[in-house]
Amino acid sequence: MADVANETVATRQASISHQQRLRNLLQYAGMLPVLIILCIGFGLENERFFSLTNASIVLQQAAINTVLAAGMTFVILTAGIDLSVGSILAASAMGALLVSLVPDVGMLGILAGLLIGLGFGAINGFLIAVIRLPPFIVTLGSLTAVRGMARLLGADRTVFNPSLPFAFIGNATLFGVSWLVIIAMIVVLLSWFILRRTVLGTRIYAVGGNPDAARLTGIKVGRILMFVYATSGLLAGLGGVMSASRLYAANGLQLGQSYELDAIAAVILGGTSFTGGIGSIWGTLIGALIIAILTNGLVLSGVSDIWQFIVKGLVIIGAVALDRYRLDHKGRT
Amino acid sequence: MTGQTTKVLDNVPPAPAVSGQRSVALEMRGISKTFGPVRALADVSLTAYSGEIHALMGENGAGKSTLMKILSGAYHADPGGEIRIDGKPLQIGSPLAGRRSGIAVIYQELALAPNLTVAENMFLGEEMRRHGMIDRTSMNAAAQPYLDRLAAPFSPSSKVASLSIAERQLVEIARALAGHPHILVMDEPTTALSAREAEKLFTIIRTLKDEGIAIIYISHRMAEVYELSDRVSVLRDGSMVGTLMRDELNPQALVRMMVGRESSSFYKKEHRAPLSDRKIALEARGMDDGNRVHDCSFSVAEGEVLGIAGLVGSGRTELARLIYGADPKKHGQVFVNGQERSIHNPRDAIDAGIVYLTEDRKVLGLFLDMSINGNVNMNVLDEDARAGGVLNLAAAKRRANEAIKKLGVRAPNAEINVGSLSGGNQQKVLLSRLLETNPRVLILDEPTRGVDIGAKSEIYRIIDQLARTGAAIVVISSELPEVIGVSDRVVVMRDGHLVGEVVAQAEAPITQEAIMAMVTDMGSAKAA
Repeated sequence: MADVANETVATRQASISHQQRLRNLLQYAGMLPVLIILCIGFGLENERFFSLTNASIVLQQAAINTVLAAGMTFVILTAGIDLSVGSILAASAMGALLVSLVPDVGMLGILAGLLIGLGFGAINGFLIAVIRLPPFIVTLGSLTAVRGMARLLGADRTVFNPSLPFAFIGNATLFGVSWLVIIAMIVVLLSWFILRRTVLGTRIYAVGGNPDAARLTGIKVGRILMFVYATSGLLAGLGGVMSASRLYAANGLQLGQSYELDAIAAVILGGTSFTGGIGSIWGTLIGALIIAILTNGLVLSGVSDIWQFIVKGLVIIGAVALDRYRLDHKGRT
Repeated sequence: MTGQTTKVLDNVPPAPAVSGQRSVALEMRGISKTFGPVRALADVSLTAYSGEIHALMGENGAGKSTLMKILSGAYHADPGGEIRIDGKPLQIGSPLAGRRSGIAVIYQELALAPNLTVAENMFLGEEMRRHGMIDRTSMNAAAQPYLDRLAAPFSPSSKVASLSIAERQLVEIARALAGHPHILVMDEPTTALSAREAEKLFTIIRTLKDEGIAIIYISHRMAEVYELSDRVSVLRDGSMVGTLMRDELNPQALVRMMVGRESSSFYKKEHRAPLSDRKIALEARGMDDGNRVHDCSFSVAEGEVLGIAGLVGSGRTELARLIYGADPKKHGQVFVNGQERSIHNPRDAIDAGIVYLTEDRKVLGLFLDMSINGNVNMNVLDEDARAGGVLNLAAAKRRANEAIKKLGVRAPNAEINVGSLSGGNQQKVLLSRLLETNPRVLILDEPTRGVDIGAKSEIYRIIDQLARTGAAIVVISSELPEVIGVSDRVVVMRDGHLVGEVVAQAEAPITQEAIMAMVTDMGSAKAA
């Protein structure tokens, strides 16, 4: 009798953990079905969609947004937001190009771009973590202020460097894969490692999931916030270097306009919760790919860019609504 | 023990001393209320006459608030009961219906919108309009007489945010009066008031009584109840124990009615050898936050369980958080094993060997979206980590599985979300997290709140085991039998001060009466 009872308990436990695994899978896979359906749809509609050339174009287009969205994932996991990434990208690109024009040390432009991004991110982090201002307000402010500084850097003109020393990043390939795509993949893998395999990552989830409890367990919440905003800034700086190297030029006024919205959209499409504590970098990657494929597919289909905006917006809302519905029926709160 | 109170147990309500010309304002009969399997109220009856102050007393969780919420219409009673206002049956309905029938309730937490003016708050939801716009002039004019009646020192157009707590209370009362109530319920109105402010409030309450309003006055403070009330009713475990007339009031009888039962053997642990020769593990000296905690000092020995009794709001949790470094302190020193430790945040406390179990595990304790594994390991991630802060997944898994086994957490595996566990199992997970750091001092704030009876006894067993291994344990609890049952010694907190201490002895265990007397400030009641 006891054996039978044990056995049923065991099978029930097995089935519970099976359910749990399925739920986890669904949570991670999240928007993957949407991505696949989009691909099939555009593929059927236009034969050019499934070509190697097009695939490489899509990936290159997704690369910069993926890098920004990775930073945004860190921030949104702590229930914050970073609206300033587009402006930081512009300022970093300007800085990178200006330094690249200095004879002999042009390669330092990369470092300049990264440091400018890190610096602005750290200022955001300081205002949020130490002065305790709301992230939305702080980064809304820096969205405007940093945009102004980007224009100031180039005296409000386009900076151009036809012999950019690090132009390979935007234009060359390694084993046939664009450097932009390789950088984006490295960023995604590093983000995964930090979030899922380090103490720091666990604390990021903890701070986002329950900041009060995090404080009571001895986590220095301020340091975590400092880290995520600095990271977001650094990755925006990297995005600036990437876009400068692709264009050989930067313009403080236009570059990176509304990039923050695409980055946020990718994170949300990826299933990361705005309330913090739930989400994954793989979801963000899928979200960024959905946005890139949507744009690419609509262009290939000859849809006017007015309609592209409308369709993109509706797909984002629809996909997230679907996700909410799915999760609600999984009994999550 | 209960036998002595059965004389007043009869359901016939004694009439107040001057009942001749006074009518029955409120009659509640056979009111029951169940929340799922929990019976909050069982067949409770209560009568209030117009022009009387009727005090309602009872321990935390005795059912006072539930009863008043049913009266106000916030809760629906189970079928079978009856409420009559001035002889007319009350349509069980919404808070609005309650207000229209002449019932006004002033809750413990004031429910005012601080950004609005006094008059706007008074007429909230029933604003006066003129041509579709809010008519401030008429509202201010309409509010003034009520404020005059209370001799309020502010104008109807003052912003509530600029008023003191006592003044805000007047706004609440004025708002209640604007509904021309026959019955006014006040839930612990003096909790946040100074003695002088309370005295003023009592004058107002007496005036309202003289105007013929029936006042139901909920309070824990014996002195107040003595000073104000015409009659006192006592609730215990959801039942009406009895009603005492003013001239029958005596502190011993009231305490006995409130406590009633003997502490059952369920909580009892065997008495251990005297602890006087043991080393002091934790000593707190002069803890003070300048607000809710005033100059509190105590110490706990290794292997000792110290109970902190006191009402909700007496500053127990604040004291614990102060020691743990969760809130900034004004004064105070903390010594662990005789050495002073400077504790500015929870990390410092954990490093000093002090851990704190929060009273609110869902809001302040657990990460509900994380697994058992994640929750259990949260405090020891650094300790286990490999070089560069890389997680040691194997160690984490081992710790989680051991914790599940050791504390008897009922869950299929360690990867399950904590949010899906029952209250008792969640509490065990949270306890496991604290135990992983091998603390020398554990401060447990309401360790059995919201857990079922089985998990309760397991938590008592865990506390006892920890004490036996030499840990010093502080248990904060609102349940007297619990605090007596688990503790070697009990200190009592009232209004932010530690006001007394009772030590358990083999031949003389701690009694609930002894603690209750200190909790409710009976000393001043006797003096009154």
